Amino acid sequence: MLDDKDRALLRRLQADPSLTVPELAALAGLTAGQATRRLDRMTADGVIRGQTAVIDWAALGYPLQVSLRVTLDKTVPGAFDAFLAAAREVAEVLEIQTFLGRVDVRLALVARDLAHYQDLYRRRILSLPHIADIEALMDVAAVKSETGLPL
Amino acid sequence: MTLDDLDRALLRLMVADAAQPASALGRQLGLSQPATWRRIRRLQEGGILRGRRLQLDAERLGFGVTVFLGLKLATKGRVSLEDFERAVGAIPEVQVVTHVLGLYDYRLRVVARDLADFERVLRRRIMTLPGVGNVEANVMLSEERRPGPL
Repeated sequence: MLDDKDRALLRRLQADPSLTVPELAALAGLTAGQATRRLDRMTADGVIRGQTAVIDWAALGYPLQVSLRVTLDKTVPGAFDAFLAAAREVAEVLEIQTFLGRVDVRLALVARDLAHYQDLYRRRILSLPHIADIEALMDVAAVKSETGLPL
Repeated sequence: MTLDDLDRALLRLMVADAAQPASALGRQLGLSQPATWRRIRRLQEGGILRGRRLQLDAERLGFGVTVFLGLKLATKGRVSLEDFERAVGAIPEVQVVTHVLGLYDYRLRVVARDLADFERVLRRRIMTLPGVGNVEANVMLSEERRPGPL
């Protein structure tokens, strides 16, 4: 179980993952040793999974982000697994979520421009197996980008 | 900014684990620590490497439910988009807000302790926002992040 000090550490680290352990410890009112022990324990328990680099895809030449909302043909056995395995082969796919609701799967896709998107959509996406219906929503602007959990 | 194969390999390693020191990254690429550091700096200055994100296990922290909401504004033109965006962005349970083009106006990623908690957030905080119209909720069952075209 986590206590308030653990949560304080996670809150600070979530807000700025580049903080060093001594900086983090000072902000949370702990010694560096105490902070290290707590962070190690939370990592061992799987609460902290690690850190990932945040990439600006627009700066890398992929300014277009599209959300594809897919409904699958569930009468086919193994439709989900076959679809997900094929979607993983599309390099431009950044996120794959499955849902309980009107939508079965969401794919977040990046593209270089509209022509590239059209090509991806026709050649790589529409050829994915067992699609019953698909809707595309284009991202216009990130109003609030991934902020983490309300700890 | 043009990237070479080593830059791309470096980005792939950092997407997998951004907490490793430059020396460890360099070893895997056959680069010295200063050479690795120079590449990281260049990627940061070029705006490609925006920062790092801590990955936490939401479920172990008591957040058992993640919901994606498609939200349509009911009274476009009469409600200021800025007011709506400021209000929705201030809700702590709302992790991501994206203005989209298509079936909905906004996509929200909402995290909650359980379905009852989600219902509370939806009714008390989201449905009471100025101008909210249609809302479609899809409860997330699984999620995978891919490295992307690196």
